[in-house]
Amino acid sequence: MGFQPVKFYQTGTFTIGNRLLEPDERSVQSGQARSNSINSGHRACQGCGEALGARYAIDAAMAESKGQLIAANATGCLEVFSTPYPESSWQLPWIHSLFGNAPAVATGIAAAMKVKGKTEVRVVAQGGDGGTTDIGFGCLSGMFERNDDVLYLCYDNQAYMNTGVQRSSATPPAARTATTMPVGPNPGNAFGQGKNVPEIAMAHGIPYVATATVADLRDLEYKVRRAMKMHGARYIQIFVPCPLGWGTASSDTIRMARLAKESGMFPVFEAEHGEVVGVSKIRHKIPVEEYLQPQKRFAHLFGTNGHPEMVTRMQAIADRNIRKYGLLDEEGC
Amino acid sequence: MYKPFAITLKPGTSLANMTGTWRTERPVYLNRLPPCNNACPAGENIQGWLFHAESGNYEQAWRVLTENNPLAAVMGRVCYHPCETACNRGQLDSSVGINSVERFLGDEAIKRGWKFDAPASSSGKRVLVVGAGPSGLSAAYHLARMGHQVEIQEAGPLAGGMMRFGIPKYRLPREVLDAEVQRILDLGVTLKLNCKVSSIEQSMKDGRFDAAFLAVGAHIGKRAMIPAGDAAKIVDAVSVLRSMEGEDKPLLGRRVVVYGGGNTAVDVARTVKRMGAEPIIVYRRTRDKAPAHDFEIEEALQEGVMIKWLSTIKHAGDSSITIEKMALDDKGFPQPTGEYETLEADSVVLALGQDVDLSLLQGVAGLEIVNGTVQVAPNMMTGHPGIFAGGDMVPSERTVTVAVGHGKKAARHIDAWLQGSSYQPAEKHELAEYGKLNTWYYSDADKTVRPMLDVIRRQTSFDEVQGGLDESTALFEARRCLSCGNCFECDNCYGVCPDNAVIKLGPGKGFQFNYDYCKGCGLCVAECPCGAIKMEPEET
Repeated sequence: MGFQPVKFYQTGTFTIGNRLLEPDERSVQSGQARSNSINSGHRACQGCGEALGARYAIDAAMAESKGQLIAANATGCLEVFSTPYPESSWQLPWIHSLFGNAPAVATGIAAAMKVKGKTEVRVVAQGGDGGTTDIGFGCLSGMFERNDDVLYLCYDNQAYMNTGVQRSSATPPAARTATTMPVGPNPGNAFGQGKNVPEIAMAHGIPYVATATVADLRDLEYKVRRAMKMHGARYIQIFVPCPLGWGTASSDTIRMARLAKESGMFPVFEAEHGEVVGVSKIRHKIPVEEYLQPQKRFAHLFGTNGHPEMVTRMQAIADRNIRKYGLLDEEGC
Repeated sequence: MYKPFAITLKPGTSLANMTGTWRTERPVYLNRLPPCNNACPAGENIQGWLFHAESGNYEQAWRVLTENNPLAAVMGRVCYHPCETACNRGQLDSSVGINSVERFLGDEAIKRGWKFDAPASSSGKRVLVVGAGPSGLSAAYHLARMGHQVEIQEAGPLAGGMMRFGIPKYRLPREVLDAEVQRILDLGVTLKLNCKVSSIEQSMKDGRFDAAFLAVGAHIGKRAMIPAGDAAKIVDAVSVLRSMEGEDKPLLGRRVVVYGGGNTAVDVARTVKRMGAEPIIVYRRTRDKAPAHDFEIEEALQEGVMIKWLSTIKHAGDSSITIEKMALDDKGFPQPTGEYETLEADSVVLALGQDVDLSLLQGVAGLEIVNGTVQVAPNMMTGHPGIFAGGDMVPSERTVTVAVGHGKKAARHIDAWLQGSSYQPAEKHELAEYGKLNTWYYSDADKTVRPMLDVIRRQTSFDEVQGGLDESTALFEARRCLSCGNCFECDNCYGVCPDNAVIKLGPGKGFQFNYDYCKGCGLCVAECPCGAIKMEPEET
C-alpha cells in the first residue's frame, strides 16, 4: 500500500530528514553521502522542479544500484541545462543522443551490459514530458512491449519548456502556452481526452508503473528504489512544476506540486503488472482554485473576465481522479 | 582522448559555472524567538529543553530547563503555563503540553536523583536572601551557581513560602517541594529557618553580607469592612491555608463562605471541601471577570463547591450572612441592586488579596514604597544600593513563575553589581510567529490529556488532583513541539535545494549555504517548517 509514513516523530516523514529516525529509515537525500548526481553549476532556472526531481530520482537509483548506473537522456530542459558544452553537471555515466530515442538508446545500453555480463550495472532513461509522451513515445512503447530492463523516468512539467513553453500532450486543459494562447471563447489548451501515459504504460502490463511529485520526497525515493529492485521495463512519472512555464514564484515549486496532489489534479499511485497497488491519499483536500490561481498560465480563468465554467470543468477532472484512484479516505478528510 | 563522433565531457565540470551570480536575494539562517519562550515569566528556554526531550535525553532536557528554573517539578504542577497559551501549535490543533512535559522531567529528576553541577569557582562574596519562597530560592540557586556564598533567612518553620503555605497539597505534594528545595540547598546554600529579619541593614552588617535579595512575599490577608455581629467568625484565607500545614487545623464549621474570586478563594474553598465542610464562594462579579483561572473554577465546581456570582456580603452574623445581589453596569463594574438574600454560614473566609509585611525595611535609606509594594529599578535593585527585591513584594503579577523569574533576574544583576559592572541581557530575537512556519510538515497529533483523580477522592482527600505523563506519553508530547524559529535539523533546506547549494555540516552542526551556487530561488525558506531561514536582499 505505498510508502507508509512514520508517525509522531515531530514531523513524521514529511520532511526530507529526521534526526530521530534510525539510520536505515532515513532518506537518501538527507544523507551527507548522497551522490549529488546532478551537481551545482547547472543552468536551470531558479527554483527548477526538474533539476530537483532529477537529483531526487537519480540519487535514489544510485543508492539502490550502489553507484552502478548509466543514464540515457532525451533532449529537453534537463539535457540542455545540465550539459552545455564544455561542461556537464552529471556525476554518473550519462549519454544524450536525440529527442525521441532515449528509450531505444537505454535499451541498447542494457543489451550491451547483458552481453558483457555486467549484471550489476543498471540503466535508466529520462526525459521531459515532450520527449516522453510525444516525440519519444514510439520508442518508449517499444521498450515497454519488449520489457527491456530499463527504468524510464519522465519529468512532467506539462509543456515544452526548453523551447519556449509550447503545448505538449501532457499540457492540462485551459493552460496558456506559447501555442495555446488565452484568446477566444475557449482560451488556453483545449479540453481534450488527454493522454495519460502512466495508464498507457500500465496497459503494456509492465512490472512497475508509478507517479510521484517533488513535494513528497520519501514517496518518490521509495518508488525509485522499489523500481530499481525489479527487472524489466519500469516507468515513473514525476511531477515537476516549472516556475518559468507556469508563471509561479521560484519559491513556490514544491508548494505547487503539493497543491496538485492535494487537489486531486495529479493522482499519485503505483501499479504492478497493470494493476494499481497503492495510492497516496489526499491529506487536506483543497478545491482546484487553490492550485490554479497562483499560476499565471491559468490567470485567464480568474478575475472579472474569468471563466468559472472552465474552473468547474477542472474541478470535475480532479473529482474524477479522486473517485477513480480512491484518493480520499472513506470518512473523508 | 579519442573522440570518434560524440563529445565526452568530464563529470561535474559545471562547477566552473558560478550560478550564485544570478542571485538578487540570499537566504540566511537565523534563530527566531519561539512564542513559548517569549511568554515564560521565568525566561525558560522551552523550545531548547523540548529539543532534548524529543530525543529521549531527559537528563539533558532537565539540565537545560534548570539553567533558568530550578523548580521543574513544582512548575509542572503550579505554573499557569502562559507558554501553552502562546504556543503556535494551538493554531494548528492544540498547544503542546509543555507543562506536563516539564512535570515529567521534574519528577524524573527526583526519581533518578539528578543533582545540579557544583559552581566552578568561588567568588568570596556573601549574599543574604530574605525569604525561602520561590523568588528567594530561585535567586539563591542562581547566585550559588555563579559561585557566591548564599544564606537564606526564612521567618517561617519550613522553606517554600507560598508554595507551602498558600498552595494546597492536592496541587503540590510536599515531598515534591521538599526534594527540589533540598537540591538547591545541596549546592551549598545555607538555610536558616524561624529566623525573622527585623532590620535588613542590621542583618547584613551582622552577617557581613555584600548584597541582599529581599523576597518576603505578601502574607498579610487584606481585610474588608464587613458589618458583623459579635459572634461572627471572620478569618483570612492566607491564615487558613497556612494553618493547614500545622498541627492545628482551622475550625471553620460546616458552612464556610469564601469571599473573593481569585485563585486563593478557590484554593480555600477546595481545601475546606476536603475537610468535610460545605464551601460557598461569594464573588461580586461574574465568572468571566473572576481573576481565578477558569480551569480552577471548573475543577472546584466539579468537586461540589458552590459559587454565588454577582454578590457582596452586606452583613455577617453568627450563623448566617446577608448578601446583596449585584448587576454589571455598562462599564462592566458591579452595582448594588438592593436585592438581599440570607445564607447559612458558620464562618467567613476573606480571600481579597494580600499585603506585604514591610517591617524589616524600616529606616532603610533610599527605599521607595508605593501602594504597599517596594519599588525596584529594571535591575531589581531597590533605591538602596546593594539591596535587591523581587517576588510578591514588588509590583507584578503574583505567581510562582513570575517570582522565580524575579529571582533569576535579580541574581544576574546582583552578580554583576558585586563585580562592579552591570548585566546586559542579550538582545531578543524577532518573534517566530505562526505565519513564519510551514506547518504542512508537522504530523497531525492531538494533545495528550493528563489523568485526573476521581471527583469522590478529590472531595475527601488531599491526594494530588492532576496526574502526570509516563515516559511514552511525555515523549509523544515533547515531539509535538514545532521548534518554532529554531532549526531542528529536518534536512528540508538541504534536500529541496535544486542547486546543491546547501552544505550539511553533520548532526548537531546545522547547515551552511554555498553562495557560489545558490541562485536565490527561496525554496529553502518556503519549505523550512520552523521559520529558521529568511531571505535578505543582496548588496548591490
